[in-house]
Parts: sequence; structure tokens; C-alpha cells
Amino acid sequence: MRVDLRQIHKSFGPVHANDGISLTIPAGSIQGILGENGAGKSTLMKILSGFQKADSGEIWLDDRLAQIDSPQDTGRLGIGMLHQDPLDVPPMRVIDNFLLGKDGGLRPRRGQARAALSDLSLRFGFSLDPDAYVEALTVGERQQLELLRLLWLGARVLILDEPTTGISALQKEALFASLRKVSEEGRTIIFVSHKLEEVESLCHRVAVLRRGRLVGEAVPPYSTDRLVGMMFGRVISLGSRLETPPGERVLELDDVIVEDRRMTVGPVSLHVARQEVIGLAGMEGSGQQLLLRACAGLIRPVHGRIRLAGENVLGRSYHGFLQRGVGFMPAARLEEGLIPGLDLTEHFALTQPPSGVMIQREAAQSRAGTQIDAFHIKGTPQSPVEDLSGGNQQRTLLALLRDNLALLLLEHPTRGLDIESVVWIWDKLKERCRQGTAIIFVSSDLDEVRHYSDRIHVFFGGRVSPSLPARSTTVDELGQLIGGKGWPEGAP
Amino acid sequence: MRPGVGVSGVALRLGAVLLALLFTTGILLVAGAPPLEAYRQIVVGSLGSVKKITDVLVAWVPLVLATSGLLVTFAAGLWNIGIEGQITLGAIFTTGALRLTMDSGLPPAVAIAAGLLAGILGGALWALLAGLLKAYGGVNEIFGGLGLNFVAVALSVWLIFGPWGRPGVASMSGTEPFPDSLSLPALAGLRLSPWAVLLAVGGFALVFFLLQGTYFGLRLKAVGKNPRAAFVLGIPTVRYMLLAFVLCGGLGGAAGAVQVTAVYHRLIPAISSGYGYLGLMVAMLVNYQPTWMPLVAFFFAALNIGSIQLPIVLKLDSSLAGVLQGALVLFVLGMEGVRRRLRRPRVRVGE
Amino acid sequence: MSSEALLIGLAGVLAAAAPIVFATLGETLTERSGVINLSVNGTILLAAMASFGVAVTTGSLLLGFLTGMLVGAVVALVVAGFGISLKQSQVAVGFVLTLMGRDLAYFLGNPFMGLSGPRLPALAIPLLDGIPVLGPLFFRQDLLTYLSFVLIFATWAWIFRTRPGLSLISVGERPAAAYVRGLRVNRMRYLYAMVGGALVGLAGPAFSLSVKAGWKGTISGLDGYGWIALAITIFGGWNPIRAAFGAYLFVFLQWLGLVLQPSLPGVPSQVLQVAPFPLMILALLLVNIGNTEWVERTLAALPDSTRLFIVRVLRSLRASPPAALGTPFEKE
Repeated sequence: MRVDLRQIHKSFGPVHANDGISLTIPAGSIQGILGENGAGKSTLMKILSGFQKADSGEIWLDDRLAQIDSPQDTGRLGIGMLHQDPLDVPPMRVIDNFLLGKDGGLRPRRGQARAALSDLSLRFGFSLDPDAYVEALTVGERQQLELLRLLWLGARVLILDEPTTGISALQKEALFASLRKVSEEGRTIIFVSHKLEEVESLCHRVAVLRRGRLVGEAVPPYSTDRLVGMMFGRVISLGSRLETPPGERVLELDDVIVEDRRMTVGPVSLHVARQEVIGLAGMEGSGQQLLLRACAGLIRPVHGRIRLAGENVLGRSYHGFLQRGVGFMPAARLEEGLIPGLDLTEHFALTQPPSGVMIQREAAQSRAGTQIDAFHIKGTPQSPVEDLSGGNQQRTLLALLRDNLALLLLEHPTRGLDIESVVWIWDKLKERCRQGTAIIFVSSDLDEVRHYSDRIHVFFGGRVSPSLPARSTTVDELGQLIGGKGWPEGAP
Repeated sequence: MRPGVGVSGVALRLGAVLLALLFTTGILLVAGAPPLEAYRQIVVGSLGSVKKITDVLVAWVPLVLATSGLLVTFAAGLWNIGIEGQITLGAIFTTGALRLTMDSGLPPAVAIAAGLLAGILGGALWALLAGLLKAYGGVNEIFGGLGLNFVAVALSVWLIFGPWGRPGVASMSGTEPFPDSLSLPALAGLRLSPWAVLLAVGGFALVFFLLQGTYFGLRLKAVGKNPRAAFVLGIPTVRYMLLAFVLCGGLGGAAGAVQVTAVYHRLIPAISSGYGYLGLMVAMLVNYQPTWMPLVAFFFAALNIGSIQLPIVLKLDSSLAGVLQGALVLFVLGMEGVRRRLRRPRVRVGE
Repeated sequence: MSSEALLIGLAGVLAAAAPIVFATLGETLTERSGVINLSVNGTILLAAMASFGVAVTTGSLLLGFLTGMLVGAVVALVVAGFGISLKQSQVAVGFVLTLMGRDLAYFLGNPFMGLSGPRLPALAIPLLDGIPVLGPLFFRQDLLTYLSFVLIFATWAWIFRTRPGLSLISVGERPAAAYVRGLRVNRMRYLYAMVGGALVGLAGPAFSLSVKAGWKGTISGLDGYGWIALAITIFGGWNPIRAAFGAYLFVFLQWLGLVLQPSLPGVPSQVLQVAPFPLMILALLLVNIGNTEWVERTLAALPDSTRLFIVRVLRSLRASPPAALGTPFEKE
């Protein structure tokens, strides 16, 4: 089925997530969509799959205007989306997930479904056990299941959102082989990814999004440099760089491995010294957040050693880390960082060491006022924190951090902020550096990472690069590593 | 979200009250009873004379104590349904302490004080048990609390019929009544003890102070509203949750102590008298904020006392009070939901 | 005790457990869809009173039973409405309704106190009731008890063996996945809340028109069974057969307490009567403890063989609620 996106616009408040995107995808082609985090890829796909409604613009399918109001509409029209975290029901069996939602009578037609499942599995070289429970499957297998289900239901357009995050190389090959077969049958595939090598090897055509706009298209043979250039653009002036000689080591990781359900990160050895800034680069979901939380004591590594100022702290609680001068700022503002229902005064009162049993209202309010001014937060001491805009919530999180920390760990410190705010916030952070704090931060904004770090570690699929000097590493080199190229061969 | 005030908020609350009255009137009509007469009886029965008003205060004291405690656990985000059992255990401990000190020659004031402290301890321990079950056993505090409620009642019944039974004929009427000297002194000719009122006011003031004015209260509220963020910000969430349980249990235990020393002067089977569950309703009605609680508690206590007359005068069951109380909470909750729907929030700046 | 008396006693246990079975099955269905209906205790009382009143006034047992089911469905509808459409806390609404249901039952039931009403007669099944042991046990019951047997398997089959049952599971576990597959999440939740509520309501007349016939107000001894049913729902792991087992176990232990009472003079009767409750807590403990963080961390430190064994034991005991239980479904 041919897909025609015409002038798609979508804004969330002041953020123009999709800015007049027009794209034609011929039937039976594998269309790659490349872009950084925040480029607008997810929004566009959500619109195409019915989870969001565009502010304006049209979607034409096979020369007919499509009315898309909900995921059910797209299901009927033949558009299927394979999410990064597949929308399946973990406690149920594979076969039941497969046939869930398909019309039928009182008894589930398991026989029919089993036959279809084994047919499709065979055709694509997957091996799924129909009686296994989905929660026991790997992410790759859950994806395979969802893919087969969508095909069985007759999807003619398949959208895959970052499908290769967290699956093995073998599963990836199987997936790609199946996608090629599917496209040969005339079905259209939209492959959203940040992994250059995969996009280059799989896709018939590539479209690159940046900051909400379609900045370019390409067909094979692809030039990696050109793609990277389109994705990341030119460096904007980000203020002066901070050059400081590092002091003694604040944090040392030796051969650390961190695990969660989806991925294994490491083994990684890194260190950071006083006044140093380390940037953890890479697309989201590559393992940076996991490692950062291990440095904060929120997750316990399964292997290796962590030392804070020479003291072995592996196995200590998060509060133990806090007591030793570590500060942590989460990315999920309202879920993990702020308390909806409490106002700014109360937040600042919470993070300050209490001056006695009673809260001194006026002192607390004036302290909040000072912080509000110092951090340019658009709000009053009485503003409930959930009423603030995303950017102001971010500033609040920064303002809540204690003074005189030995190590400051930041997850996406400037996400959702305009360029001036980014510069301004980094001024504040640099001040802390000058006072002796070491900083490790995660960001998917390459410009920010390059400009403000002394050294950079790149993450890709759980693998961690050795430390790269920020000054001398080029955008291209970083972009390639982020996209998965240039890593030494070996088991992931 | 700030508790619902503002013009539309007040209007909706009044609407809820009206609907609750309408509903209860409807029920009365279904039961074939004269509504206005029933309401009149309730008013007269609770406020008709000084004695009646003091009777309301007698019911008000344990209710305020229990509800004050519940405000603490609600602040921490907990549904402490086990409050009934905590009141009962308080009563049991108080009775035990009084029995021990009864013949020891201690001055009565000391004995009573010991009894009160024992009651607070008993309630606090019972609440701690529920808290530990939740924190380390993963047992939801609703069911842990419920189960412990039943165990508490059984414990009190066993004591009444067993080891603490009245010599000769152990019966449902409770243990041997304590001598007058071991009761909280009451006002002349009335059942009300000003000491009990003082206790209630003190308990309320303590909770008000803690929740509104201290760092402890602020941290507790943070834990209740977003335990994950509270943890990340450095608050020891488990410790605070257990403290909330202990505090509430202590206040519930004090309520139980008052029931023994000032109301019944002995241990009876249903000594908690439903004040725990009623307290939960009062807390819901005041949206978990202390400010109006004593007033609403007085109103609820008045309804309870006022409807005692109903079986005698109108042949109606006194649980009419419960119907009106429940309807009030229900319609207030409903109005809150309607208000939320009408005030459609704007789509926030998305990610 | 003679074997004859034993069989009669056990048959009585099966009959006495029927109301709890109804309530537990109903709540299992409701919670499977993601709605928690805490009003069960009050609903049973209200339904018991209402159905008794109707049966006494009209003389019809059938109308009585239907009334009970209607009451249950209506109360459940209120809970669902407040929880789903008005987005209020389901726990809060359920709690208020459980108290209100009880008070309404006592208030409106006043005129019916102590009256004697129609009672469901026993209905032995010919031929089958002659089978040794099984006959007197299963086939000399009344209609309602037979219904309870049937419903256990019917509910189980519905949830685990039919296509709509799969939809039900998905709505309670991951409503987003159900929604994407075209299922109407909120509509299904309303439906199952009401059906489950009707079953809970059936427990009422199962008491007042059969097991504990009559209406005696505050001393009717029905207060508390609703909470037991809720606990058994959890203990049963939202599986009708395991839940039924829990119900029968509970009533059996109560009966055992009564029976053993004379032979254990030192143990007070209250202890035996209330023993099921701490057992219930213990059961909830066992069922949940595998989920706690400290247990997971301790397990990680154990040597492999011990850990795997303990994990297997915990896993078989584990009762994980439907993941979306109690949370309203948002389409975005």
C-alpha cells in the first residue's frame, strides 16, 4: 500500500514536533526514518498509527484520503504498528496473544491460529513456542510474535519503531530477512531507527528528520557522512567551553556490569575527577541511564567495583550514596523527581536540612523566592509543581540539588528547553564544577555532549566506548559510534 | 492539587449535601417513615438539651482521636482500615493496665495515666504490626488491617469470657466494671469527662501541628503523594510509612483507652463501636485535611447520638445515621468527580 | 464421630460455603477486568435483607433471588461508575458503599426482623444420591448449592477456555494492548463489574433464604463474610477453582472449630472461631512475599540451588493481581 503524508503539523504547546512534513512512500518499499531523539519521528508514527491526531495535514493511502481517529481505524485500514515495547499481554501464552482481538465465536479457534502461526513462523524463520508465556520471551521474540500477528491480520503497512533495541544479532538478521520478504509481497514497511548501519543495509529509501522537519531524503548507495550530517546538523554556539585541570578522582568504576530485564551494560571501567564533566552519549535505551543509576546507588551492579573517593561502596543503599555527597537528577520529572500536589516552597523545604521541627513559613517562602529568581523559574513560591511547564520543572529539579556535592549525576538535564535555557543552565552547572563538583550527565543532544564534556563515553546497545576527549572528537566520529558503526567486532 | 475550595467548589459541596438529604429522605419514604419527623428527632436527640450535647461530646472524643490518627496515615498515602483493631487493642491494654494497678495502692490518677499510656502503646503496636506486614510482607494494608481487626475482636471476646471474665457468670456485658475511682472524672451528673475532651483536643492539635507546620508532616505528605520521587529526593520512605502507622495506632489506642476509662468503665466486646470506620468516612469527607475535621466529626457524632431515639420513638433502626453519613461521603466524592470532568485539563507540553 | 455424621457435616460445609463461593466468583470476575469492588460486605447484607423482604412479601423464592442479584449489580454499577467515569478512587467508593450497604440493610430491614420466610428446600438428585460417600456429599443439596458447583466450573471455563475470556484477561492485565486490538475496555469493565456484582448479590439470598434463613438484623451473623470473600479472591489468585478451594477451606476450618470445641476444653471457642482470620493473613503473606524487594535481594545472594528451589515454591504460591487492577484506563 502506498502511503502519502501531506503537510503534517503537530504541536505540543510551543514545541513544534512535526512541522509540515510531507513524505511519499511507494508500495512495497522499506522506508527508513532517521533522526535524533526529539526530531519528531515518534510523533509522526503515532499520528500515522492513530494514537495521536495531527493538528493539520492529510494522510493518503493508495490514493484515498484516510480518516484516522483511533488505533482501531488504522487497524481496519491495514496499518499496523510494532512498538518498541510490544503491546502484548505478558501473563498470557503466545498463542493466545496471537489470536487476541481477532473475531470469532465463543471458543477460541486455537487450531486455526496454531496453523497460521506455525505457517508464518516457518516462512520467516522464527521459532516461537505457541504454549510459552509471553513474559518469558525475550524482547526480540515478542517483536516477532507481534509482527506475525499484524501480518496475519492483513496489515499492508507495518511501522516498526526502533525494533532492534534489545534484541540479539541473530534475531536481528531473522527480522531483517522477514521484512525483506514482507516487502516483496507488496506490503510497505516504515523502519524508524537511529542505527545507521541497519538503515543503510535494510532500507530502499531513507528520510531524515531534524527538529520536526524533513531535512532530506536518500537512496542507495548511501553516504554515511551525508546522513550523519543531515541528522545532527551544524554546531550552534553554546557559550565558552570550560577548561579545567582535573583534581583527585571522585568516582571509579572497575569492570562494572549492570543488568536489567532488557539489556546488559558493560563491562565498563571509567573514572571521573573533581571538576571534570563526563558526557554519556548515545540514543535513549542504549544503557546510559542504567549505568548512571548504578553510579547513584539506585541499581546494584551484578559485577565489578564502585569506589567513591577511594571507598568501596558497592552494595550500599541509595541513601548511603547521598550521604557521601552524590546528587542524582532523574529524567522523569513528575514521576521520579517532583511531587505533584506540593508547591515550590514545599519542595525547597524538603530538600534543605531542616532548621528545627517547625517549618518557618516565611523563611521557606523567601528561600523559594530566591531559588526561583536564581534559576529563572516562571512561577511563584505557591505554584503547585504540576502547573509548571516542562522546562520550568527541569529548572526546579536543578534548583533542588544540594550544594557542595562531590558528584552530580544528571539524566537529560536540559531536555525540553530552548537553546538559551540550555546555555544558562550549563553556566550554573559550570559554577558547581568550579567549586569542585564532578559531573556525569546523560544526553541525547550531541551538541550539548560535545560542548560541555571534558570526556565522552558513547553507548550503543549496552556497549560502552572508552573515554573520548570531547575537544578532539568530531561530530562524525561520535555520530557513527552512536549509530552503531565503528565498534570493534565481537559479541555484543 | 489543593483541596477543593473556590466558589464552584463550595457550590458543588452544598449540592452534594442536598443530594445526600434527598437520598436519605427517599430511603425514609421507602421505609414508610415520616422524614421530617425523623430529622426532628435526630436534632432533638442530639442537641435538645445540655445533657444530650454532652453525650454527643462523649462520642465525639474517640471519633476525633481516631480521625486525627487517620489523617496521618492518609497523609502517607495509606488506607489504615485496621484502625478499628487499633482502638480495640488500646482498650485491651488499658484494661490490662488498670487491672494490674487496681489493687496495688497507687493513687488513682497515676493508675489512670498508666492506663492511658498503655492504651496508646497497645494501639501503636497493633498498627506497627500492620505496617510491618505491608512493608516486609507485601500484604496490602487494607486486608492486613481487616484481618487484624477480626483478631482484635476475638482477642477481646476471649479475654471477656476467659481470663478476665466476671467471676461466676462471664457474659457479653463485659468484664467486671472498674471502681469509680479508676474512671476519668466526669462532670456532675453527666457522662462527659473534660479530661477526655482535653485528650481529644490535644490529639487533634498534635496532628494539626505535625501535618501543617513541621518538616515531618511535609515529608510524610511527600511520601504519600509520590513515594518514588520522595525516595529519590532522599526521604527514607519505609521509615516514614511505619511512623505514620505507629502514630495513628497510638491515637486509636488513646480512643480505646477513653472508651474504657470514661465511657464504659470496663472492657466490652465491641468496644471500638465502629469509630474507626466512621473516622475513615469523616476523613474522606474533609478531603483528608485537618481544618474542618472537628466540626464534621461533631456533626457525625450528633447524627449517631440523635438517632438513638429513633427505635424508641419511631420504630426505626438507628442505622439511619449511617445511611446519611454514607450518602454524604458518596455524593461529595461524586461531585468531586463531576467537577474534574467539567474542568477538562489542558493538554500539557508533551514529550 | 461416625462416618455418617461426618458426611452430613461435610455436606453441610459445602452448602454453607455456597454463598461465599458466589461472592468470591463474582469478585474474581470483576477484578479480572481491572475493577476492585470493595463493597462486597455491605452488598451481601443489603442483598440478603432485600431478597428476604421481597420473598416474604411476595412469597416467591425466585423473586427473592432475583432481587439479591439486582441489588448486587446496582451497587457494583455505582462503584464502576465512580471509578471508571468519575475517576474517583475505587477503594474509597467501595469502602463507603460497604458501610452504607450495611446501614441500609439494618435500617430498611427493621420491619422484617425475626419473621420467618420461605426457605429453599433440599433437592436430592435421584440415582446419583445413592453413590456411597459422594452421594450424600454432593447430591443431597439444594438448588443453590448445585448452582454453586456448576458456577465454579463455568466461571473457570469462561475465563480460561473461551475467546471472550481471553479478552477479559487482557483488559485487566494490559488494557492498552486490549485497546489496540479493538476491545472496548471501559465497556467491558462496566459489564463485568455488574455481572460480578450480581453474583456477589446472589450470596445475600443464599444466606437469608437458605443457609442462614431469615433476617435478624445486627445479629444475623452475616457481617464480615464479604471481607472474607475479598481475601479469598486474592488467595485464590483470581482463579475460580483455587478461590473455591479457599472458600471451602475457610468454612471447613470454621466447622472443624465447632466440632473440636468439646474435645479441647482449654482452648476458648473464640480462638477457634476466629482462627481462619490470622490464617487468612498468613495466606496473604505467603502469596505476596515473593513479590517484595527485600526477598528478591536476599534471594540473589543465595547459592543457585537453594535459590532456584525457593523461587519455584514462591512462584507456585504467588498470586499476582491483574496488573491494571484499580487503575482507570486512559486512552492516551
